[in-house]
Amino acid sequence: MRVSKIQKRKRWQGLVGTIYSVAIYTILYIPVLVMMIFSFNNQRYNYYWNGFTTQWYTKLFTNSAVIDSLWYSVIIAVLATVISVTIGTIGALGLKKYEFKGRKFVNNMLYIPIIVPEIVLAVALLIIFMKVGFALGMGSILIGHCTFCIPYALVTIKGRISGDGYSLEEASLDLGANRIQTFINITLPSIMPGVMSAAFLSFTLSIDDIVMSNMLAGSKSSTLPVLILSMNKSGITPDINALTTIMILVIVISMVLNKAIKNMLKKTKNTEG
Amino acid sequence: MSDSIVTLIDVEKSFGKNKVVKKMNIEIKEGEFLTLLGPSGCGKTTTLRMIAGFEEASSGIIMVQGESIEDKEPFEREVNTVFQNYALFPHMSVFDNIGYALKIRKKPKNEITKRVNEMLDLIQLKGYENRKPDALSGGQKQRVAIARALINNPKVLLLDEPLGALDLKLRKQMQVELKRLQKKLGITFIYVTHDQEEALTMSDRIAIMNEGVIEQLATPSEIYDRPITKFVAGFIGESNIFDGKVIEVHDEILVIENSAGTIMAKGSGFKVGEIVHVSIRPEYVKVSIDPVEGFNLKGTVRDFLYMGTVVNTVIDLKDNTEIKYSRFEKDDDFKERDSVNIYWNPEKAVVIKYKK
Repeated sequence: MRVSKIQKRKRWQGLVGTIYSVAIYTILYIPVLVMMIFSFNNQRYNYYWNGFTTQWYTKLFTNSAVIDSLWYSVIIAVLATVISVTIGTIGALGLKKYEFKGRKFVNNMLYIPIIVPEIVLAVALLIIFMKVGFALGMGSILIGHCTFCIPYALVTIKGRISGDGYSLEEASLDLGANRIQTFINITLPSIMPGVMSAAFLSFTLSIDDIVMSNMLAGSKSSTLPVLILSMNKSGITPDINALTTIMILVIVISMVLNKAIKNMLKKTKNTEG
Repeated sequence: MSDSIVTLIDVEKSFGKNKVVKKMNIEIKEGEFLTLLGPSGCGKTTTLRMIAGFEEASSGIIMVQGESIEDKEPFEREVNTVFQNYALFPHMSVFDNIGYALKIRKKPKNEITKRVNEMLDLIQLKGYENRKPDALSGGQKQRVAIARALINNPKVLLLDEPLGALDLKLRKQMQVELKRLQKKLGITFIYVTHDQEEALTMSDRIAIMNEGVIEQLATPSEIYDRPITKFVAGFIGESNIFDGKVIEVHDEILVIENSAGTIMAKGSGFKVGEIVHVSIRPEYVKVSIDPVEGFNLKGTVRDFLYMGTVVNTVIDLKDNTEIKYSRFEKDDDFKERDSVNIYWNPEKAVVIKYKK
């Protein structure tokens, strides 16, 4: 069989492309894989393989410092998500649907917390909290997380609001729905995909954060990433490997769920009779 | 007064310094098909939105069934709207869109199902109830929007250029369908459009609006045959409009002189010496080689435009103005550059009060 030049080139391109992507993904995921494997390692230090065990998983659940800071992180992340998405939704609707003086200014100011390095924001907040005598702890961390989650949430949701003014809302009012019914039945469903994305984004940003959490934690306990970082000094034990393995699983599952929900929303949007 | 369902008294609307609707007075009768017709920016949509409750009148009174509705929210008013872009709820099926008004009023499920099915019958979209608006054609969306607005048996249906987004053929079909629906249900329709043909074919009465003012409110044939302002004469159909001076008055027939010659037209309430506009439709213009009594209007045939059965002709007058004249192809035959006398039945030409 004759193989043309173009076909030859295409084969080459395909091969090079495959090698390239496999290499990239290997480099990205090998460390994660190694960490997951070592979470089953029957050995105190992560240096060499010494047989299979699940003891670190059982140890993990008795390590109260880790479990406490995990809860601490989750509570902050959930609260930060709820607050950011609520403020983000209201703000996005206001900025997109209403004309007012200074709208452009507010719109531009939104990007400042996104652009400014987090450490700058953290220091600024710390100074303010010290000046007004605000006790450092969960409250200060939550406020810190909200300062960077809100702009992300707002921008994400704003992108989902169509620019065609209020006609859907007007139609709903016209048909007898009051403003609250209109918001629940019409406005919210139309921006739901954006709200969902904003929620996932805020949660991830919050649970992953270290700079704010470290700076604003005060003397008391802090979030999980801060704890893990501090453990680094004395050596990370395999129960942290176990914990991160569980976290990765949770994240992968929620990503799959997110995708599934989005697909479902899309499907209900396109169903035909 | 008793049979008027919507009444506007001295209604005005300003956006900042811009007065969009000026001292509007109109009485809309029950069961009537009334069209607000005018060029874009004439205030017709704003008027409709004030009746619906989306805009607040700056001054004046709007009454529905003899009751002032200024303080009522849109969701408390017994009027419903069909929007220009349909405004169907994209995340709801056709069934849920149509049933929305009943669901909001917490009607029982079986009643909603029954009413929605009745509406689907009415708009001939049975079997489409589970579709999403995205999966409908423009005409189908339009019909769903109408059904959705009608399900609550409104006293008045407001329609804001509902056929604007449809292609010509579908638009004609929907015009017939809408008119049929309105007759069948006996609901008052207030219809906004800038399409004069649509207004002429569908309406019981037409209110011609310009710059926030109703120029004329009358039946389609009155509007067409007896426009009372220069704007109406120029906006509806094609018109030749002359400016001239009244030189003789014989009952309702006036002799008018202008720089091109002398003509006759019908009008009452005008005095000798008054400056007036005269409007004559191209299809009423006649042409002859010999002079015609009462007329002294000479011109030169410039060019022809064949439009199938009708030939549109432009004749140059001696004062460098022109007159448009349309005739059937088989009628009198002139060549270009022929010199002709122009005349018409004086009853067909309208004298209009001078403006500007």
